[in-house]
This record gives sequence, structure tokens and C-alpha cells, in this order.
Amino acid sequence: MSVGTNGIGKPVSRIDGPAKVTGRAKYAAEFSAPDLAYGFVVSSAVAKGRIKSIDRSAALAVPGVIEVFAHDNRPSLPSSHEKYTDQVAAPGSPFRPLYDGEILFSGQPVALVVAEELEAARFAASLIDINYETQEAVTDLDTQIDKAFEPPEKRAPEWNPSPRGDVDSALSRGPNLIRKEYRTPVEHHNPMETFASTAVWENDGRLTVYDKTQGAPNCHEYLCNVFGLAKEKVRVLSPYVGGAFGAGLRPNYQLFMAALAAIGLKRSVRVTLTRQQMFTLGYRPQTLQTLTLGAENDGRLVAVKHDAIANTSRFEDYQEPTVVWSGALYPCDHSTVTSRLARLDLFTPCDMRAPGGAVGMYALESAMDELSYAVGVDPLELRLKNYSETDQNYGKPISSKALRDCYLQGAERFGWSKRRPEPRSMREARELIGYGMATGIWEAFRVPTSARAILAPDGTLEIACATADIGTGTYTILAQIGAEMLGLPLDKVIVKIGDSDLPSAPVEGGSWTAASAGSAVMEACDGLRKELLKRAGAVSNAPLRGVDLADLTWVDGEIRMTSDPSRAMPLSEALLGLNEPITSEVSSTPDERVLQDYSHYAHSAVFAEVRLDEELGMLRVARVVSAVAAGRILNPKTARSQILGAVVGGIGMALHEETVIDHRYGRFMNHNLAEYHVPVHADVHAIDVIFVDEQEPRLNPLGVKGVGEIGIVGTAAAIANAVFHATGVRVRDLPITIDKLLALRQPTNNHAA
Amino acid sequence: MQGRPQATSHPPERSLLPKLEIAFRVNGVERRVALRPWTTLLDALREHLDLTGTKKGCDHGQCGACTVLINGRRVLSCLTLAVMKDGAEITTIEGLAQNGELHPLQTAFIAHDGFQCGYCTPGQICSAVGLIAEGRAKTSDEIRESMSGNICRCGCYPNILAAIEAVMQGSET
Repeated sequence: MSVGTNGIGKPVSRIDGPAKVTGRAKYAAEFSAPDLAYGFVVSSAVAKGRIKSIDRSAALAVPGVIEVFAHDNRPSLPSSHEKYTDQVAAPGSPFRPLYDGEILFSGQPVALVVAEELEAARFAASLIDINYETQEAVTDLDTQIDKAFEPPEKRAPEWNPSPRGDVDSALSRGPNLIRKEYRTPVEHHNPMETFASTAVWENDGRLTVYDKTQGAPNCHEYLCNVFGLAKEKVRVLSPYVGGAFGAGLRPNYQLFMAALAAIGLKRSVRVTLTRQQMFTLGYRPQTLQTLTLGAENDGRLVAVKHDAIANTSRFEDYQEPTVVWSGALYPCDHSTVTSRLARLDLFTPCDMRAPGGAVGMYALESAMDELSYAVGVDPLELRLKNYSETDQNYGKPISSKALRDCYLQGAERFGWSKRRPEPRSMREARELIGYGMATGIWEAFRVPTSARAILAPDGTLEIACATADIGTGTYTILAQIGAEMLGLPLDKVIVKIGDSDLPSAPVEGGSWTAASAGSAVMEACDGLRKELLKRAGAVSNAPLRGVDLADLTWVDGEIRMTSDPSRAMPLSEALLGLNEPITSEVSSTPDERVLQDYSHYAHSAVFAEVRLDEELGMLRVARVVSAVAAGRILNPKTARSQILGAVVGGIGMALHEETVIDHRYGRFMNHNLAEYHVPVHADVHAIDVIFVDEQEPRLNPLGVKGVGEIGIVGTAAAIANAVFHATGVRVRDLPITIDKLLALRQPTNNHAA
Repeated sequence: MQGRPQATSHPPERSLLPKLEIAFRVNGVERRVALRPWTTLLDALREHLDLTGTKKGCDHGQCGACTVLINGRRVLSCLTLAVMKDGAEITTIEGLAQNGELHPLQTAFIAHDGFQCGYCTPGQICSAVGLIAEGRAKTSDEIRESMSGNICRCGCYPNILAAIEAVMQGSET
């Protein structure tokens, strides 16, 4: 399959843009039905224990209240945890909402009030009186370190590479040793749209659910399994998703609640979570990490050791790739990376933008920065000295790696050469200035995905795939691929996604959608090409008779012989006499041998400038340059936005975001957007994105690697390193807040001491 | 609930406050609707007037997704009871385009890719319309400061700023 330059690679504006800027784009809570009732979730007030009794009389006395569902009156539900599993479930026993009276985490949904009016449901929910038998909840990770364990069932074995060499003896011999502990807190995704499901009860007993999800097929399967419904009785749609960042990978409990009530009441029910309840869903787990580096005097690494402890719940062993990067990235003969879990009385964590990578690379790249000062080698120079062309964990070649170009082009754009090596050596007026940098890495995946392409007699192309667009630009890039393949203008392509009735796709995550859904759409369109060539060859005085498919160019509405452009035919001519649309559907799978023989990563180099007004204690990220190598960029405009947004996420991770637990109650305290700080307009200044040229030859026919996650990896480390350079203070506990800077500040002889 | 006295004296039935008839102009159209006094303007728009373009992100005035224009000023509709706005002139995202022509800010948001998931976008655009009308923010930093009540979790801030600055400079692209 050849791809030219008709649609791919152009910075076209989002095709869903007009719907989004006019308010026409409808999200999960914005679909309705004439018989719609409103559900409001009651959240557990305790973190651990058992419900002794539920008094719902006052709630039921509120006019308009239809029913209060809880474990003591729910319809029959499967007891097997297996039935509640999903494509992204962690090893363990998935949570069964309303199954019994056992409380596993604070905020656990314990009842659903359904009423004719939204406010009546909410008010009635406040009147539900629950008597709990409370047990002590353990939520402090620091107290559970000695109980940390290696999960027996691995989510992905390759995240736990075997040790190589003898790391401890190498570390004891090495002339330079860095051994530091880094901490990252619980973070919540907090997409702007809260989770919601509108379950529409169809008259024939079918259920149509508009859900906020990254995977309509995943939720469809979940509903069928939990409620024992035939596949054709349920349809899940997610045409627009107001952000997710991983929070919508697994079916969330509002989906269960809306379906339960709709089935139970035989009418349509909408359940929307409050912002507070968004903190009862999955989250980025807390990590405690120890990074040990041994190096020669010139900075060349000898040994790398990375141990991470992260929290999980009591019932699932959530795991993420935190330490694997430390073993893979830099050449050294001795490496041991280990990750362990500790159980807390919290809900199970879930993937959040670059799960594992964002926190693990913060630790590795912070330690590399500390090493640069220890050996007196510039941080950028240190990375270049430790550049590897192979995956150190597995000794495999890397399919493509233009990281060196990221370092060099990023440094040039940033003005890294102006950096003075000593901390506290750069200043402008009242502000201390710091320059920091870090490496980013994320795996380039491709997963099996199906797609359908339908060409109508009028030349309109419809692309269909069950995948989602959570702001990532899926609609637009799939349209571009379709336009490219058949030489059509973009506005002749219609994209249908986010619907379990469409050809199946895995959850939209892992930065794999462009490679996976993109390849599927490309292959489906290739099927159309074959059919069109057949038709073109049959046309009278056919200029394309006998021409090989590989020798065709599809551009500007024309099918053209590449080696002899005088032999061409308008696409419309090939469609003459066509009464029915031509359909091509494929199940597209990656070449497993390629994935086995090569390691496959996207890379980045991140450069950050911070400025600190020491008198006011105000710290800001003045500039970030993120230079990314991610193969072919399908749409530079939307891809740049992906990186911009991830860099903003990295700023949040470095300076703002932390969900604070009150261990006395096992409860997240700052469960709102005023106290859970995310970057706002005033926190975000210049961000410069560079896509370095990188030819990816084999991972997928498009040559793409995905850009959803790479932008956040390394960003927090680059900022933390810049803060050290500005201040001489190394905060190893994210987020870097003013109180931590002040507490660690060494007495100096300047005015700020 | 643990630590709370057991409820013993619930009234047998809790009556809801009666609905009040209110009228306002929404996007140039006179709308009459009977609402209970506790219904927020946000819920009135979304649940009673089928204007779901205005978004609910927090319901507490912390995120800005619900920003609408009331008598030309940007207001958080989640912190506004609908009954307080009887007789007001309300403009939502659905009312910015005129005769099928997008508002310059809508065009600029598309051109500068000032959104990803699109959920904060109606609030960002309404807020930007209000900001330009206020006429106080001139520099990039002043715009950033004055737009900081509108959170974008996708992190589109640089592109939103570019879109607003383009419109302030008389261009959309």
C-alpha cells in the first residue's frame, strides 16, 4: 500500500471542530429520552467496614423519587468476579457495585436514588441514612513498605526484565554513586466532563447506552456479562468524550448504575457523577522509588538499579511500567529493576497518561541530573554519552530511534548552550532562572483492530471503527487516511466511531490508536482500491486495464498510473453505473514477528526553564521545548496539541497535582477542582513542540508511533531539574510546592536566606 | 451513618417547593419555563431548555465550563439560580453563531486548535467573548490571568491564547 501526500501529514483542522465550538457535539449526559429518570449515586462515608442497615424511608418520601437501589434490594447479579472483568482489568477480583454490604474504599457507591427530577434525586440521596460497622482503613503507603510484594500474576511480563550483570558489586566498585529516593503522589485524571451514562430503555427491551468511555466495545461486553444480556440487546455509544486520560479505559460504576436502574425500572435512566465522585474512580497510584546509578568519572553508566513500590487496592493488583525504562534506555552492563505493590484500602488505581512512564522516568531522569552534577558533566552531554542504539533490557534492536536528533534540535531551539553549570548562577532582576532537561520514552504499540470503509456511488467515503476520540484527533486522522487512500477531499469522508455496533476496536489508549485504527482504516480502504481497480479495468476503452495496484496513485479524485501518469481515470468514472455502495471490512493485526524482533519506542527530549521569585516564593515554568521522535506525524496541528497538552500535564505533575489522603478516615480530602490543583491559563507559558524527522519502517504501514503519551514523559523531571538548577534545592517529592522548597532551602548568604 | 445520630423523626413526606414561572431571552428567543427555585441556570439550560452546549464540569464554580453571557457579561451558570435571572438576556454557545456564520472566536478556536476533547470549549469561548467585551486584558499575561477561571484539562491553553489574541487583533486565523 502506498501513501502519497493527499491527506496525511497536513495540519488540517479537526473535522469535529464545528460541532465542538457550537455546542452541537453531544456528550454522554446530553442524550435524552421522553421517559428519562435521573439517578444519583450515594457514596460510602467510611473507607472500610460493612453496611449494617440502610434507612431509605426519608428518601422515598421525597415526591418524585421512584426507587432506591442498594445491595439489600438489588436485582439478581452474578457473584463471580470474572463476570465484572474487562479488557483493561488488573489481575485480581474486579469490584462488584452494589453486590453486598462490604465497604472496600471511601466513596464506594452504595446506593442509587432514581427520581423524576435531578434535584429531587440529589436531595433524596442526602436523606439516605446508612448505618455502618466501621473498621480501621489503612491508606498510608509509608506504613506498608515492609508488606510490599511482587504481584504473582503479571499484567505484562515484559515490564519486569530479568537482572543483567551483577548490579550490587558493580555499584560497590563504581567511582560515582547516586542513590536517591523519589516520591510521587496519588493523582486524579479529572477530565473536564464528569463520568456519565444515559441508558435509554428501548420499547423492545434493548438498551442503548451513551457512555463516557474510551472503549464502547469494552463497556458493551461488560454490560452483557454483568446483566446477562444478549449482545444484540445492548449498544454502547461514545461519540464525544470530554477527556479521559485513562480514566475511561475501564467501565466505571455509573455505567453499571444506569444500566441496573434502566433494566430494573424498564425506563431510561441517566447517572452523572459529581466532581467529588470523580475522586472515587481510578487514579495514578502513589509511588516510592529508589534509584541507584553507578558511573565512571566521565559519566558513563556502569550500573542502574531502580526499585518502585506503588499502591494498589485490596482486591486487584494494578501494575504499570514504572521501572522498565531504567533498564532499557541507557547502556550499562549491570541493571536490576524491580517493582512491588502494597495494598491499601483505596479503590484500584488505573492507567493515567503514560502510566508508569510518567513517574518512573521522573525518578530516572532526576537521578541522571543528580549524576551530572556529581561527575561534572553537562546533563545533555551525559545523555549523549550514554546513548544506546539497542534496548538494553532485551538486547534487541530498536525499530527506529531519532532521540539524538531530539536532544540536538531541542537544545538548539531552547538555547541550552546559554546554561551556566552551577545552580543559582542565572538570575534576571528578582528572579532566579533554572534550565533543566530530561529524556522521554514511551512504547509504540499496535493492537488488533477492525474497520470498515464504504464508498457510496456519489464518491462519499464512510469510515467506521468502534474506537474513540477523547480529544486525541481520531476523527480527523482517520478521515485523513481515508482521503489519502482514495485521493478524495477531506469533506468527502465521513467518520463514524465510538459505537459498539461498529467493527470492533480495543480501548482507545496506550498511544496505539493512530497505529492500530489507522492501519485498519488503511487496509479497509485498500480493499476498496482493489474493487475500484477491477471496475476501472472493466470500463470501455479502459486506460487502467491490466495495471498493477501497486503502480497506482490515488490523488485529486483521480486514479493514475504512477509509472505513466497519462493513463488515468477520474474516480467518478470508476463509480459509473454503481447502484450499491462498495464495502470493505478488515480485521487488521500487527506483524507479531516484527514486534518480537524489535523494540519499539517513541522518544523525546524535554527542556524546561523555570523562574523563581524568591521574595514571593512564586515558581513558574517560563518555557518548555519538547522535541519528539514519534515516526510519521499524520497531522502536525493535532499532534502538536497532543504534546502541548501532555506538557501541561507534566507541569501539573511537577508543580501542582496531588490528591491528599486523610489517613484517619482513609479519604481523599481535596476532592474538587479548587483544592486539587491543575494548571490553569496563568500557569502555562511558552511551549515549543518539535517533531524530528523519523522514518519508522516496519511497525505499521503508516509509519506512526502515537503521540498521546510521550509528551508527559520526562516533562516533570525536566522541570524538577530546572528547579534545582535555579535554586540549588532538590525536591524529590512531587509536586514541588513552595513549602517544600522553603523547608529544604540551605542557608545562603544572599538576601533570600 | 457512623458518628451521626440515628434518624428518628423524618416527616412522612417532604414536599418540593412549587415551580415558578420565569421568562428570559436565551440566544435572542423568549423562553418561558416553570422551574423550582433551586434549579441552577446551568441545569435549566441543560435539562429544561435542551441547550446542552453549556457544560457541567464541577457544579461549584471551580472550572468555568458552564460560563455563559448574561446581559453581555460572563457568568458561571452553575452558581446562578435560574429564578434570579428572570427577564435577563442570556447568550450560550449555541447563540454565538449568527445566520449560520460562526462567531470569529469560534472560527479562531478551530483554526488554532484551541480544544481537544471540546468539553471546556463552550465555556472558554463564552469567557473569551466576555473578556474581549470587558476590554481590560491587553497583554498575553493579562489574557492568561483573566481566562484562568476556565480550566482546560487537555491543556490547550497556548492555542486558546493564540485564538483569542488573533481575534483581538482582528484576525481569525
